[in-house]
Amino acid sequence: MAKLESSLKNMLLSLTAIALIAAGLMASLYRVTSEPIQKSKEQKSVDAIKAVLPAFDKIENDTANGLNIYKAYKADGQFVGAAVESLSKNGFGGEIKVMVGFDAQGCITEYSVLEQKETPGLGTKMVTWFRPQTEKKKSLLETIFHYEVKTPEKQSSIIGKNPAVNKMTVSKDGGEIDAITASTISSRAFLESVRTAYNAYAAANNQKPTDANSGATQTTEGNNNEQ
Amino acid sequence: MNNNLKILLNGLIKENPTFVLLLGMCPTLGTTSSAINGMSMGLATTFVLICSNIVISLIKNLVPDKVRIPAYIVVIAAFVTMVEMIMQAYVPSLYASLGLFIPLIVVNCIVLGRAEAFAAKNSVVPSMFDGLGIGLGFTLALTLLGSIRELLGTGKIFDFAIYPESYGMLLFVLAPGAFIALGFLIAIVNKLRKS
Repeated sequence: MAKLESSLKNMLLSLTAIALIAAGLMASLYRVTSEPIQKSKEQKSVDAIKAVLPAFDKIENDTANGLNIYKAYKADGQFVGAAVESLSKNGFGGEIKVMVGFDAQGCITEYSVLEQKETPGLGTKMVTWFRPQTEKKKSLLETIFHYEVKTPEKQSSIIGKNPAVNKMTVSKDGGEIDAITASTISSRAFLESVRTAYNAYAAANNQKPTDANSGATQTTEGNNNEQ
Repeated sequence: MNNNLKILLNGLIKENPTFVLLLGMCPTLGTTSSAINGMSMGLATTFVLICSNIVISLIKNLVPDKVRIPAYIVVIAAFVTMVEMIMQAYVPSLYASLGLFIPLIVVNCIVLGRAEAFAAKNSVVPSMFDGLGIGLGFTLALTLLGSIRELLGTGKIFDFAIYPESYGMLLFVLAPGAFIALGFLIAIVNKLRKS
């Protein structure tokens, strides 16, 4: 077939046809996929809740201070803890969203970073930094030369700590947690989101809020105003 | 067949999109902070490149010359969006690791460049091989660049520790390191190509 010449009629017809076919295909595909996409998004949030809480049988949704709280119960109605979806707007690259799990006493069981735009290799370390230090895997060169490079001890784990008792700020600000090396701003924002989460948890369970500083409460109030 | 093989190798080495054609620099610099990221971006682009080359070589006679660029862009963008939706709906785990790169493929000028330079002038089978060759060349270049940046920056390649992370030069994980590493790689490849 010969190539269509560039007359006004041909150009108009061909572009319209292509645009119509593309739009039609996308619209029908959107109808087919929108349901599974919604499901997989919900699944992701359920997975995050499961990852930060001890074993539970059912979940009750709640909100406090404008944050979503997922309260977990055993089958016999015993309260095992709650997961709080929290955020901080003071990250180095913008908003940080975390899911923090608390047990029935208010101690942090586990956390999971849902969304962050921190500097790769620095602030992004928050994904694992605030967990207890694991056994360090030896690198290839260290194994070959039977030599070990010592890394300084850090007190950076937030797991098992209770924000009402432990001071959840970076050690530079007089707190108990060592900030990520060269990423104090990201660490501050992360801990702020943890304190915000705890305040929401405390408000939902009538427990004493953390008095670490007022920055956290201000953020939650800000959220309330927006919603 | 022999001709198709030549087209394939042409994309891998002689017309490598990153080192020789210098196309698609934005995703190249942005996504190669680690070897696995580079490879994922390369493979996702390869897939889109093959499909868009096939479709464009099929419709090339139905598109008048003066409106070919907007027509190709609509085809490519529609294609990428559909891939993104299907991936998000049915393989969410793959989407979690690749999702970030998919929208970047639309603005990747390699795809449009190959549509214009090759698929619009050739028939379906050679166009498919051109897409495959250029895509693999892009993947190879991105994996190489990603490996170098990951090794110098964090002491690892594909997450396998070569030397302790505390000795890594963080610069290479960040944007300036991408420019430096890419510059040296292009220089080395050009030297090898000319000798």
